[in-house]
Amino acid sequence: MNDMTPIKTTPKDWETDQEVRWCPGCGDYAILKAVQRTMPDIGGTPENTVFVSGIGCSSRFPYYMETYGFHTIHGRAPAVATGVKLANPDLDVWVISGDGDALSIGGNHTMHLLRRNLDCQFLLFNNEIYGLTKGQYSPTSREGTRSPSTPFGSVDRPATPCAFALGAGARFVARTYDVAKQTVDVLKAAHAHKGASFVEIFQNCIVYNADVFGGFTEKANQNHQLWLENGKPMLFAGGTKGITMDMKSLSLQVVDVVDGNWEAAGVIVHDVTNRAVAHMLVEMPFGAFPMALGVLYDDPRPTFDSAVIAQNEAVAAGKTPDLQKLISTGQTWTVDA
Amino acid sequence: MATAARIDATDTTALETSEAVVVRFAGDSGDGMQLTGGQFTLSSALAGNDFATFPDFPAEIRAPLGTLFGVSAFQINFGSTEIETAGDAPDVLIAMNPAALKTNVKDLKPGGLIIADSGEFTARNLAKAEYDANPLEDDSLGKWQLIQFNISQLTMDAVKPFGLGNKEALRCKNMWTLGLALWMFDRDRQPIIDWLNEKFAKNPVLANANIAALNAGHAYGETAEIGQPGTVAIPQRHVNAAPVEPGLYRTITGADAVAYGLVAGCQLAGVPMFFGGYPITPASSILHALSRLKEYGVTTFQAEDEIAAIASAIGASYAGQLGVTSSSGPGIALKTEAIGLAVMTELPLVIVNSQRGGPSTGLPTKTEQSDLYQAVYGRNGDTPLPVIAARSPSDVFDCAIEAVRIATQFMTPVILLTDGYIANAAEPWKVPDMSSYQPFPVTFLDHVPEGGFKPYGRDNKLARPWVKPGTPGLRHRIGGIEKQVDTGHINYSPENHQAMTDLRKNKVDGIANHIPDQDVCLGAAGGKLAMVGWGSTYGAVHQAVRRARAKGLDVSHIHIRHIWPMPNNLGELLHSFDQVIVPEMNTGQLKTVLRDQYLVDAKPLNKVSGQPFRIAEIEAAIEGALA
Repeated sequence: MNDMTPIKTTPKDWETDQEVRWCPGCGDYAILKAVQRTMPDIGGTPENTVFVSGIGCSSRFPYYMETYGFHTIHGRAPAVATGVKLANPDLDVWVISGDGDALSIGGNHTMHLLRRNLDCQFLLFNNEIYGLTKGQYSPTSREGTRSPSTPFGSVDRPATPCAFALGAGARFVARTYDVAKQTVDVLKAAHAHKGASFVEIFQNCIVYNADVFGGFTEKANQNHQLWLENGKPMLFAGGTKGITMDMKSLSLQVVDVVDGNWEAAGVIVHDVTNRAVAHMLVEMPFGAFPMALGVLYDDPRPTFDSAVIAQNEAVAAGKTPDLQKLISTGQTWTVDA
Repeated sequence: MATAARIDATDTTALETSEAVVVRFAGDSGDGMQLTGGQFTLSSALAGNDFATFPDFPAEIRAPLGTLFGVSAFQINFGSTEIETAGDAPDVLIAMNPAALKTNVKDLKPGGLIIADSGEFTARNLAKAEYDANPLEDDSLGKWQLIQFNISQLTMDAVKPFGLGNKEALRCKNMWTLGLALWMFDRDRQPIIDWLNEKFAKNPVLANANIAALNAGHAYGETAEIGQPGTVAIPQRHVNAAPVEPGLYRTITGADAVAYGLVAGCQLAGVPMFFGGYPITPASSILHALSRLKEYGVTTFQAEDEIAAIASAIGASYAGQLGVTSSSGPGIALKTEAIGLAVMTELPLVIVNSQRGGPSTGLPTKTEQSDLYQAVYGRNGDTPLPVIAARSPSDVFDCAIEAVRIATQFMTPVILLTDGYIANAAEPWKVPDMSSYQPFPVTFLDHVPEGGFKPYGRDNKLARPWVKPGTPGLRHRIGGIEKQVDTGHINYSPENHQAMTDLRKNKVDGIANHIPDQDVCLGAAGGKLAMVGWGSTYGAVHQAVRRARAKGLDVSHIHIRHIWPMPNNLGELLHSFDQVIVPEMNTGQLKTVLRDQYLVDAKPLNKVSGQPFRIAEIEAAIEGALA
């Protein structure tokens, strides 16, 4: 960040004059608002912030943020962001992507950004559909999804973004949904984490995949949300149910909690540094289990950008760049006049 | 550093002298032929010869021992006159096994000398090389001179005192051979001994064994000369130093020259370099070279794939460094969409293509010039960008600087074409004086200019401003969707798309006003025939034209560096010749572009064998055209 004293911004300072072109009722509006509300709280300065996106509905995002922004090509935002951050590590880099962009055409880049642990926030808007190309099924669509390209239902098994992220080596994995009031807090935690912070945001595509997350987002179904907090028991359904670990099968199970006595029910306490449990939480089959939301995993490691800069500096230390000398060394000889 | 021997006319040597000699070392890919060739090259440089080399090695890292496809060869042409190609046909072939003999002997000049390691001509190796009979023992090699002795055994004997295992001892064979070659061409052994001592500093036994082998090979030549019983006399020749400009010289490969040229360009532009690369033959050596130059403000990033390599470079350019990426044809194909993004976002970027044989995976280790269409035209949409082609390993240095200059001054991606031959070949290079280069510092826009900030506003070269994220007051968004003139906002209107397409074209076309006019590198600017080349055919075309002119033929050599846009005077120049022939290692790509641009009746002369042109092939075309 630059040396100027940060001026406290308001969400309004992060809005551009560009007309927002998402469908009315799209979940992206809520995410945009949440991000614009997050920025003042994290003390961000618009000129030091860069939003990098790929292609898809979500990837229009940078046009609406009054920051620096780069709307790149399909799937490649993580790679562009890597170049931006390595060239200027002082920039606060946010990658905006979707399920098709990040996991299908750009799956390779997403994996390597997470593996390398580039310091950035990676927001994956998951609507389980290709919206911008008019509704084909995506790599996160559930089996049997009927779409223009799968009129008889999709037959392939979907990817689980958070499981993918953990598998790729992500050190921060969180999950929320577009209109959740907790989204701002999740984004703040993502920003506070130094390294690649992977946030999956379930996003309702009102046109091609409406209410696909209704099973836990609708008012009547909010008992199926398990909001995780570090150091707190894994309780849901108003504290009447919890998650326990069956020690014989080493698997998670839902238990009833009577009179708030979660300890008696064996409900486990969320430890954001427990990678094994994080894997289990993201793999819990929805229905029999609630949807795990919030910060699932947070255990920082040195970042890629800091390691690159440190090595560049260490190797260059004490050396004076002298191009004339460089090109004059090797197998040389002099021809006398 | 050493001082080259300057041999003047009064230095009468008893030896037979030759103006130029072509030697090819050929052996199994594990025999160390590239190393032998490299050291012989150094020795030629120190002897003051001009030279050109051609390494030719298999795509397999360790092909099965003794097989035909596992043969690795290194050819050097060295002489006391200007040498511009690795030579058409070897005068001397050193064959370390039957497979090396079989794959290379057909190229040898009639009457040329074969030196064969008879120790390797076993029944098993002969079978692997698909010989029915031992060619050393029948008369099948009758049109050449054959000298054979058991190099393997002689090497084993020479290194015996060092107690090496069989395998390690035999590894010294290449130094024995080098020692013999040094004797044959009247060369000093000391620089090679120094090099061996340095190379094996941590293992003095190996150093001494290799030196012993080197000395033994050299001594063999000497003793054979005096007719020691049981030895075969070997001809010895001397090649005088070439008349070259005084100064400091070094050997350079194209890959190193690209790396140094890019560093030099970035220094002249005053920007740090970000290099995103992905391993690919024959371009990887550029990544290797740059990854060692961190103190020059170079960040290298080995990306997960070719697309990430260029995308990260584009990100770095956006953030204020000069993004550079390099690859070969298949990798450039993968980068294509991202190149379009760089054109659309008008960011500076240098893309180096070390061309190889195609299509698809093609011939990874062989050379070709078949990516010219890809460079000039190979993108979706009307997507113009400048293309520069280097002619030789040393020329790449200046071409890389030129690529950086155009990229940063015009805010555009630039493609720099080299090829497998240029990347791997070594040639002497007179080290330039860096202070003689004119800097071209970039200016980042860091304030709101009068009249307001326009991300897609333009200077008189039609270049848009370069703004680093982090600059207060200049926040803006860019991307691959069509930009509105001046503001850079998304705009799909027909008028705007027409205007922006015209702007992009005019900007790149206008670069022609900022590059040198096309010169004629040999001959008159007009006449009966122009041989118009580009890239690494330079040496062969130049020598062929020189020879033809010596015979009195009216032919000129034009070699185009700026493939796109072409120099302003090129059309007029071509039309001042009755005939135009375009020799190129493809099926006629530059020929087609010239025909299209200038309605000139350019005729193709094509070769796509994975091997460079021979001078004689081009000379024959000249004679045919002027007959």
